[in-house]
Amino acid sequence: MSALADRDLIRLSASDLAARLADGSVTSVQATQAHLDRIAAVDGAVHAFLHVDAEGALATAADVDARRAAGEPLPTLAGVPIAVKDVLATRGMPTTCGSRILEGWVPPYDATVVSRLRAAGLPILGKTNMDEFAMGSSTEHSAYGPTHNPWDLDRIPGGSGGGSAAAVAAFEAPLAIGTDTGGSIRQPGAVTGTVGVKPTYGGVSRYGLVALASSLDQAGPVTRTVLDAALLHELIGGHDPRDSTSIDAPAPSAVEAAGRTDVAGLRVGVVRELGGEGYQPGVSARFDEVVALLSEAGAEVVEVSCPSFEMALAAYYLILPSEASSNLAKFDAMRYGLRVGPAGVDAPSAEQVMAATREAGFGDEVKRRIILGTYALSSGYYDAYYGSAQKVRTLIARDFDAAFEKVDVLLSPTSPTTAFKLGAKLDDPLSMYLQDVATIPANLAGVPGISVPSGLADEDGLPTGVQVLAPATADARLYHVGAFIERALDERWGHTLLSQAPDLEVAR
Amino acid sequence: MSVTTDLEPVGFDEALTRYEPVFGLEVHVELGTATKMFCACDTTFGAEPNTQVCPVCLALPGALPVVNATAVESAIRIGLALNCSIASWCRFARKNYFYPDMPKNFQTSQYDEPIAFDGWMDVEVDGETFRVEIERAHMEEDTGKSLHVGGSTGRIHGASHSLLDYNRAGIPLVEIVTRPVVVPGDKAPAVARAYVQQLRELILALGVSDARMDQGSLRCDVNLSLRPAGTETLGTRSETKNVNSFRSVERAFRFEVGRHASLLDAGRSVVQETRHFHEDSGSTSSGREKSDAEDYRYFPEPDLVPVVPDAAWIEELRGTLPEQPSARRSRLQADWGLSDLDMRDVVGAGALDLVAATVEQGSSPAAARKWWLGELARAARERDVALDELGVSPTQVAEVQGLVDAGRVNDKLARQVFDGLLAGEGSPEEIVAARGLEVVSDDGALGEAVDRAIEANPDVAEKIRGGKQAAAGALIGAVMKEMRGQADAGRVRELIIERLS
Repeated sequence: MSALADRDLIRLSASDLAARLADGSVTSVQATQAHLDRIAAVDGAVHAFLHVDAEGALATAADVDARRAAGEPLPTLAGVPIAVKDVLATRGMPTTCGSRILEGWVPPYDATVVSRLRAAGLPILGKTNMDEFAMGSSTEHSAYGPTHNPWDLDRIPGGSGGGSAAAVAAFEAPLAIGTDTGGSIRQPGAVTGTVGVKPTYGGVSRYGLVALASSLDQAGPVTRTVLDAALLHELIGGHDPRDSTSIDAPAPSAVEAAGRTDVAGLRVGVVRELGGEGYQPGVSARFDEVVALLSEAGAEVVEVSCPSFEMALAAYYLILPSEASSNLAKFDAMRYGLRVGPAGVDAPSAEQVMAATREAGFGDEVKRRIILGTYALSSGYYDAYYGSAQKVRTLIARDFDAAFEKVDVLLSPTSPTTAFKLGAKLDDPLSMYLQDVATIPANLAGVPGISVPSGLADEDGLPTGVQVLAPATADARLYHVGAFIERALDERWGHTLLSQAPDLEVAR
Repeated sequence: MSVTTDLEPVGFDEALTRYEPVFGLEVHVELGTATKMFCACDTTFGAEPNTQVCPVCLALPGALPVVNATAVESAIRIGLALNCSIASWCRFARKNYFYPDMPKNFQTSQYDEPIAFDGWMDVEVDGETFRVEIERAHMEEDTGKSLHVGGSTGRIHGASHSLLDYNRAGIPLVEIVTRPVVVPGDKAPAVARAYVQQLRELILALGVSDARMDQGSLRCDVNLSLRPAGTETLGTRSETKNVNSFRSVERAFRFEVGRHASLLDAGRSVVQETRHFHEDSGSTSSGREKSDAEDYRYFPEPDLVPVVPDAAWIEELRGTLPEQPSARRSRLQADWGLSDLDMRDVVGAGALDLVAATVEQGSSPAAARKWWLGELARAARERDVALDELGVSPTQVAEVQGLVDAGRVNDKLARQVFDGLLAGEGSPEEIVAARGLEVVSDDGALGEAVDRAIEANPDVAEKIRGGKQAAAGALIGAVMKEMRGQADAGRVRELIIERLS
């Protein structure tokens, strides 16, 4: 193939870049350097990254190039650079979780996902911005300042994984890792015009993923194409003996599924409770078009009802804070991270240092959820709050079971709105929480979900997303249906959605 | 806040005239697994601080626990040996509270779903059997250790700073909790002690822990309350920790009965709290106030999947159980030919294992019992230590008896050998050599001494000549005195009879 200008190199999908690395027309050092240059050029405006490891990424790239030159067989994505959400432990690279309490902490170990990336030879460009401890839907709760949506720098990139989504949308990285506790991969995907996958709970190891809510967290791919997500999913997925909740099965055959073109006879359920009132007209219009596309292609589309989904948000905001209040107890200044002495105390006790550190080190949203969770778990309230929420969780799982008796996949808009203005919902947590109303049920039930771009809303010209949900361990169906939607829409538009995003370097 | 009693404790016997004690025991057993409960770190005791740690047991962000299967197996075997039912499905929970020696600021412990529950153990005291009901045996992890520096007593009060060692953090524990025990008050302290003793025997027989109270691998908390004699409602309890020997179990029990009685007599209420036992004074002092009001915000541990032991596996483990202590006692009593009373003395002195081991080393049961309950029990009392802390091993006792059996020392000389052993002078053989204790059975030396004794005691000699052989004892005594006890008494008797018949 012919030589590419850097401008085109960074716009390649990961699979196309991998093909060029494999045929020798591009080296990993070239590709990695091009992305580092892009980061240097635009990240001042986007602020997708909290830490950039140029030296480490280039060293990995050079190593891969050398091994390739020596004729060593390499994994498909070897040499393709990647960005990692700052909630995954990276040996030798700071891991802050977007919090002051972990400022400067450098883990002595790698998360399993990260070690799999390293083993496959992916240069790690750096760590991406996020809402503090993944609490939020806008990345505005990062202690290090918000990330900006590449489609409109005055708007939010979604959250909590706004950094990973924005990095991919702004062509700062072809691939990124996100984590999704209630929609933190899928909602940023929807509002930035990118692809995001939350695998089945237990499908990707959580070892080294700094827990927000252990029973809900799941790491997954953040990419520009469904095929790229499939490649990445197969790389990071599969059993890990260090995570007891990891499923003892190989990763799904995502790439094969992404290559299937036919949806005739596929049973598709549109979830009645995830649409209509509360959803922005442009979001609903693009969603309806996707449904029509599937129908035209021969899929059997029916409406299904999941009545318990109405209670999902309430149950989620009891279970998540309960688990978080306990998970975040370890940040106590005793062994690592920030340590603050209480003002005006000469010889503070350990308890006083713990309290002062947590007061100084945690942001308001984190404190809010710790307080909520501590309250919900208190004796006398446990049954009414945590206990009831767990029952709702069972009801939601049963709704999914009943729905998947009738259909192969479920469909809904990913997020009820397009990206809102920075600051617009900061004083209204409940309105912020509603951003995840459509994504939360999947986390509560542990089922997998993908968000695929569905177009631009007529009223604001901003990206919208469609969500596909499948039964637990049937992640391959996400790639099958997701790839179909992506292909059909690209064909209809004659271009990819992201090609319509403003040119950030010109905008500067 | 906690009340330090200013009242003189009531005497134990007097307290029993008005009150009935109800007690419960919580015993923590540190399992002897090679690795920790939730990670692969080494568990060897006494390593350099913070050398047996990893991301999991230091609670580094992102690390996750994985259950140690051997620990589960040990817990099930303990449960089975205590006649418990074994849960077919159970979970771990998080017990949330902040403390620097607990890295996660929650302890991963079983809460309302223990691995083993509803069991019992029969405890023998003074020939009577008392059944102690087991409420539960559950798995949990140990905390790290704090060392408070700069204070006077190693306590946090007055300390300038604290050092933390996380080697112990995450070591598997099984906590065995009894139901409230009600037995006649005068027997209660002994029942409590005997329960802990028997439990330790059982743990050792199972091979799941070294169960060393001095190293903290077996720890006992004594929960105690009093209620007016003849009433049913339970009184307020105290929980005494730091009870590090069998004897302390009994002493702490007695002290707390007296303390509670004095408070109740004065019309005051007992504060529900943790108390610390002090070996030196035999008293307890108030620790942190801990009541049911403390809210640990338990919830099921979401990082772990439920423990679901297979029924066939449980039966397989049942097949590996050692002999029950009570059955073993019956068997040993029969083997040794002891009366109930003699056997009770052996058990009561904490000498059962020691006598059994001595017999295994070749001693006769009677001799083994004689030395442990006689000479050595006396030495233990003088030193205020338990028999097994004397520093004399069953093998050594058997060696001493071997010398007696061979006629090389007599009982009196053997006592001197024990003195040497207690003083750490080496092996029995070395002590005999160094102290010159071997009996003299050389006819030449003995004969001269016998002749002198006959000469010095003509009256006695005459009696023997007249057929009164029993009178020979006086002459033997004289010979022994001259030979400073080192004469072979049997040979001396023979020489005397030879000469005077």
